[in-house]
Amino acid sequence: MQLSETWLRELVNPPISTAELVEQLTMAGLEVDSVTLAAADFSGVVVGEVLSMEPHPDADRLRVCKVEVGTAEPLQIVCGASNVRVGLKIPAALVGAVLPGDFKIKKSKLRGVESFGMLCSEKELGLAKDAEGLMELPADSPVGTDIRDYLSLNDNMIEVDLTPNRADCLSVEGIAREVAVLNRLDFKPEHVTPALAAHQETLAVAVEAAEYCPRYTGRLIKNVNPNAQTPLWMQERLRRSGLRSLGPLVDVTNYVLLEMGQPLHAFDADKLTGGIQVRLAQAGEKLSLLNDQEIVLDNETLVIADDSRALALAGVMGGSESAVGDTTNNIFLECAFFSPETIMGKARRYGLHTDSSHRFERGVDPYLQSRALERSTQLILSIAGGSAGPVTEVKTETALPKRLPVLLRKQQVLDILCVELEDEVIVDIFERLGMFVETSEEGWQITPPGFRFDIAIEADLIEEVARIVGYNNLPQSELFMRSELSKAPEAMLELDRAKDLLVDRGYQEAITYSFVDEAIQKIIAPDDQFIPLQNPISSELAVMRTTLWCGLLRAALHNINRQHSRVRLFETGLRFVRRDGAIHQQKMLAGLAIGDVYAEQWGDKGRAIDFFDVKADLEALFALTAIAVRFEAANHPALHPGQSAQILSESGENVGWLGMLHPLFEKQLDFDSRVFLFELDQDLLLNKAIPAFKPLSKLPSVRRDMALIIDEAVTAGQIVDAIKSCNEPMIQDIMIFDVYRGSGVEAGCKSIALGLVFQDFSQTLTDSQIDAIFSKLLAALADKTNAKLRD
Amino acid sequence: MSATLEDLLAQALQELANSQDLNQLDQVRVHYLGKKGLFTLQMKELGKLDPDQRREAGQVINQAKNHFQETLEAKKQALQKAALQQRLASESIDVTLPGRGQQVAGLHPVSRTLRRIVKIFAGVGFDVVEGPEIEDDYHNFGALNIPDHHPARAMHDTFYFDAHTVLRTHTSPVQIRVMETQRPPLKVIAPGRVYRCDSDITHTPMFHQVEGFLVDSGVSFADLKGVVYEFLSAFFEKDIQVRFRPSYFPFTEPSAEVDIECVMCEGKGCRVCGHTGWLEVMGCGMIHPEVFKSVGISNELYSGFAFGMGVERLAMLRYGINDLRLFFENDLKFLQQFR
Repeated sequence: MQLSETWLRELVNPPISTAELVEQLTMAGLEVDSVTLAAADFSGVVVGEVLSMEPHPDADRLRVCKVEVGTAEPLQIVCGASNVRVGLKIPAALVGAVLPGDFKIKKSKLRGVESFGMLCSEKELGLAKDAEGLMELPADSPVGTDIRDYLSLNDNMIEVDLTPNRADCLSVEGIAREVAVLNRLDFKPEHVTPALAAHQETLAVAVEAAEYCPRYTGRLIKNVNPNAQTPLWMQERLRRSGLRSLGPLVDVTNYVLLEMGQPLHAFDADKLTGGIQVRLAQAGEKLSLLNDQEIVLDNETLVIADDSRALALAGVMGGSESAVGDTTNNIFLECAFFSPETIMGKARRYGLHTDSSHRFERGVDPYLQSRALERSTQLILSIAGGSAGPVTEVKTETALPKRLPVLLRKQQVLDILCVELEDEVIVDIFERLGMFVETSEEGWQITPPGFRFDIAIEADLIEEVARIVGYNNLPQSELFMRSELSKAPEAMLELDRAKDLLVDRGYQEAITYSFVDEAIQKIIAPDDQFIPLQNPISSELAVMRTTLWCGLLRAALHNINRQHSRVRLFETGLRFVRRDGAIHQQKMLAGLAIGDVYAEQWGDKGRAIDFFDVKADLEALFALTAIAVRFEAANHPALHPGQSAQILSESGENVGWLGMLHPLFEKQLDFDSRVFLFELDQDLLLNKAIPAFKPLSKLPSVRRDMALIIDEAVTAGQIVDAIKSCNEPMIQDIMIFDVYRGSGVEAGCKSIALGLVFQDFSQTLTDSQIDAIFSKLLAALADKTNAKLRD
Repeated sequence: MSATLEDLLAQALQELANSQDLNQLDQVRVHYLGKKGLFTLQMKELGKLDPDQRREAGQVINQAKNHFQETLEAKKQALQKAALQQRLASESIDVTLPGRGQQVAGLHPVSRTLRRIVKIFAGVGFDVVEGPEIEDDYHNFGALNIPDHHPARAMHDTFYFDAHTVLRTHTSPVQIRVMETQRPPLKVIAPGRVYRCDSDITHTPMFHQVEGFLVDSGVSFADLKGVVYEFLSAFFEKDIQVRFRPSYFPFTEPSAEVDIECVMCEGKGCRVCGHTGWLEVMGCGMIHPEVFKSVGISNELYSGFAFGMGVERLAMLRYGINDLRLFFENDLKFLQQFR
């Protein structure tokens, strides 16, 4: 809501500065967004009248004018505007005037003719962005008056950002009422004397949907002057409220909308067939709107219709066929109360949002219609003439919003606000707010006025007390809380610890959008059923990610394109998959690594990162939880088939994936080096084993190495599993210290060297005991993996 | 001293003098003092002499042997010292060269900010709870007293999947999810991602909020003011000017916006605060009775407050970041500034 400060002060004028007024409004919950000067700074411009006009002797397009500006002698001013003519009143900048942009007016000579000032356009005064010719002032403008005074340009445009509950402040009167309360001033909206009926013609009004339109009023105004002009003062007030002048009939309805908050509509009465109906539309019925949009209505939409067709979208926008225009003589002026529930969502459904729908869906005072209709009648008659007929009113009393008393308990004010207020103070607050107050046993029964749609429960009343007392004048206390000892769950690793580990190992945390490009999503996870947004912001952010890799790859590219050759990123967050019709939101931890193992440094030749470097980072993560996992070769559509592993928990659940981005996608996504990716399920990753102490053996341990020849296809994991399958309690540790291919090992085979550590609790192990275990292990290895001892 | 012994000693001393390292020196020692060493043999020869001569000759040999041993010890020390000197010289390095190995990276500034916020509240016993990001419209709107078509819904530009499934527009649905399953007293903080269908210089379609709420008997607006003030002072690590002004959220009543004195200009007025000297940092209020009703908590027995704040905004103010969009570009030059 934007309004003119001068207009507001005409209704209520507290003795405070603009800055104080703005502060007061903001602190009362009517947040002021901006304060702008109504006109740019200028001085020395007065109302002038062109007395005579001669052609310039040396310039075809210039005229030499004598201009009366209220001084002893008229001034000679040279002017080039096309609309300059004798008798015209215009703004005249005198010698010494300063126009916007610090443009100083001096005595000058134009092609040899002296000029003592300048005649101005609206653009030159900073009142409009563009102008054709001079600004034409009304014929009755007083010559010699300073234009700033005459147009009341010393004004501010105040933009108030109103919350949806304060529909009562969507008008100058509404804000004036609030300002009066805050400053303890009296404010009563001006009484409007009803127009006497100058003719008796009426239109029949039938309200079929009474619950949606509890009150409908209207009247015929005949023989208005189609050539009438909107007076300058009204144009200026509209401009300062952010509205354009569109002809006197529309301007008046807009003016009353701004002044009182009541939307009105004027129909061209000669374009109507029969009477007015207020009804629900038929499904499929069409309506051409004022903005040239044609809409197809549904049967939940309220329309104003005549006997033959829908005329207007009730409370939202008029139709183009029945609109007033340059040739309109007779109008039907409508002023109604539509219930907020009826209008809510309707404008939006048709892609509209108007000043009218904005007010109706938040709530217009249901008792305002008669006054608003009379006010607009009065303005139309005075501007465009014509004769008003009698008012037709169709009212359904039972459908009007009820204003029921709400109990405010004195104790509750104290409990919630912690402030002890005198009874009189509370009563005074509510009475000034226009509420009806009755004392009751526990406190007060308070009935809100018609214009307040936001007072329904006790808490609403408490807020009003707080608001008027001032939130900042209310006490503030140190919180006294009931508390419990905090929990320290040990079977769960904190995600922060896992994140810190990655940070310490050189991975930078990223945060990427949860919605991604469908194309990338399909490349990276073609088998996942992703969830598309109905109304995405762009095609690049259109579907929910089923893997965090989509965003990480994009972030990596962003950096690679900015001269980073080494990128290590990780991210935590949800992935979103549809499975069996249901939406699954799974917490993940994912990472990406590109480039060398270490940042470039001296004394190190540099080595490109490989699978096992990243695997070591994951093993470090799993070491935090002491939960055993297995890495198994498995195919993933996004990963290199020879360098991808599925990570499985002991019970076989899929903890996640690790692998190299498939070379095909490496190219397709514009990477020029290998990309390693991992993604882990947070819940499975963060499962933690609580340590269980095992007694220490005091006896020495023995290490025995074995080198095995195995087929290429046999994995290290299978070798270790085969050893573990023997369940030898003496084996404390198994380590792989070498993998060898080449001379001495036949092609298609490899040699793998293991170190085994044996220890017992009761005895020092002898060679023969270890030999026995060793041959048992070798038998199992031969059986399960065809492994032979290397000679 | 016999000529032989004299020669032996001279030879031994010469050999000591010729020793270049401790190894050689030890060989010389063994050659003269070992079991079959030359001095040892001399001593063994004494047995063949008369007891009278034996005593005198013994003394002479011992003198020579002692002389040798003293020289040996001195030589040993000299060699040890030289060896140490040499090692120290050869192992000297340029300590100004940088260290090698993995470099530490950093957390995203949003994470860093979230951690601080959570830490401040967790310290006084607030539980951290997360909720789903794809949310049903009941939890995101209906249960929070925002009915269908209510103008307040227009305040949230919502991403939809279907008529009843949305990306949560705020973290407030977590309030509902907690109160549906737990009874007061409740102290909860709910950080997370939220989404609005809006993208320009000052809006990203995804951002982070922290919702906090407290429900117990006798919770007042004064408590809310106190908590908010203390939080903001703790977050900015100074006694900051805070003001509360009336506002509107369907799920709180009374509702307030919280402004802090502009941290860029200390309230003098600058571009960041729109020359008002104040910055809006969070919304809050007393939990609306309709919200309690939708989760079956008695509005007469309990009261509570809730607050919500934008994490990116707090991070921007804390670290002086001037462009919201930087948060999600993940440019390393930006991220690396938050170590």
